[in-house]
Amino acid sequence: MKEQIKEKFKVLKVAFPYTIPVLTGFIFLGMAYGILMKSKGYGVGWTVLASLLIYAGSAQYVAITFLTSIFNPLYAFVMTLMVNARHLFYGISMLDKYKNTGKLKPYLIFGMCDETFSIVCSAEPPKDIDRSWFYFFITLLNYVYWVVGSAIGALLGSLITFNTKGLDFVLTALFVVIFVGQWKSQKDHKPSVIGVLCSVICLFIFGPSNFIIPSMISIMAVLSILQRKYEKEGIKKEVMQ
Amino acid sequence: MTLTPFQALIIFLVATLATMITRFLPFIIFKDTKSNNRYISFLGQVLPYSAIGLLVVYCLKNVNFKAPTNWLPEAIAVIFIVILHNWKENVLLSIGAGTIIYMILVQFVFI
Repeated sequence: MKEQIKEKFKVLKVAFPYTIPVLTGFIFLGMAYGILMKSKGYGVGWTVLASLLIYAGSAQYVAITFLTSIFNPLYAFVMTLMVNARHLFYGISMLDKYKNTGKLKPYLIFGMCDETFSIVCSAEPPKDIDRSWFYFFITLLNYVYWVVGSAIGALLGSLITFNTKGLDFVLTALFVVIFVGQWKSQKDHKPSVIGVLCSVICLFIFGPSNFIIPSMISIMAVLSILQRKYEKEGIKKEVMQ
Repeated sequence: MTLTPFQALIIFLVATLATMITRFLPFIIFKDTKSNNRYISFLGQVLPYSAIGLLVVYCLKNVNFKAPTNWLPEAIAVIFIVILHNWKENVLLSIGAGTIIYMILVQFVFI
């Protein structure tokens, strides 16, 4: 038993450094969320409840608009589905990695936010580290940062005095770094290029608040064409990696 | 507070349910799909790359070209991160330095 706990702690120590950028970003963004909730009349209890249950930053921000207007759960449901549709991509990407994670799997899926996905899909833990638990601790640590950050914001938001403008860029930086890391590790850059190009084109056509779902559809369409082309050319799976 | 506590709770539960659907759905749909389904396994291989590309654009979605302050800080910081990370390959250094540069730019340079 003691041995097991020691083993888990070792995995936790390996996982932690991967989450440091998220620690910074989530404490700050969580606080911003707590402050905003407080300003709408929802105290720390409501804030923590939302972070524990919903655990999706953009959806939680959208939910505020539903808390402060006429009661309309159906619209809230549809809007949340649309805001979070990108998670579908993460799920498909993780089908394989999460296949043999056993009893941890439901929690890994529950906690798969943008940040957790981006770390899990790019991080390569050392060989002697249990992958399932490595993924678990990354998921759990990010979850804790978000919940704690939003609680701090709701409790002490008004006491913050230093200028935090631009600090939220830490999460953009995280994704850019992961993008560059992926780029360097892959021979075939088409999937990355397709992801960026389809999104940029849809952003120009549909605007910042409506471009996610068209982007996902166009990415799927182009990837399907690519797959057919590869099948025709008989390119083996190995080339993709 | 415009909603009653009960109504607020319903909103939270509905938002939770919708979020969980988006996260669990692929695992439920493809539960019985064996890894020999070539299309799904192809998507599983390439989507992580496309999805991170989408995520980068998503984070930069409010950038626009109406004024230099609306895009220059982002452009400088992103280019800086790309060059630094390509060179040093140190994740925390790239993220930390990139964020500090961005904060300096939006707080002191492009006000």
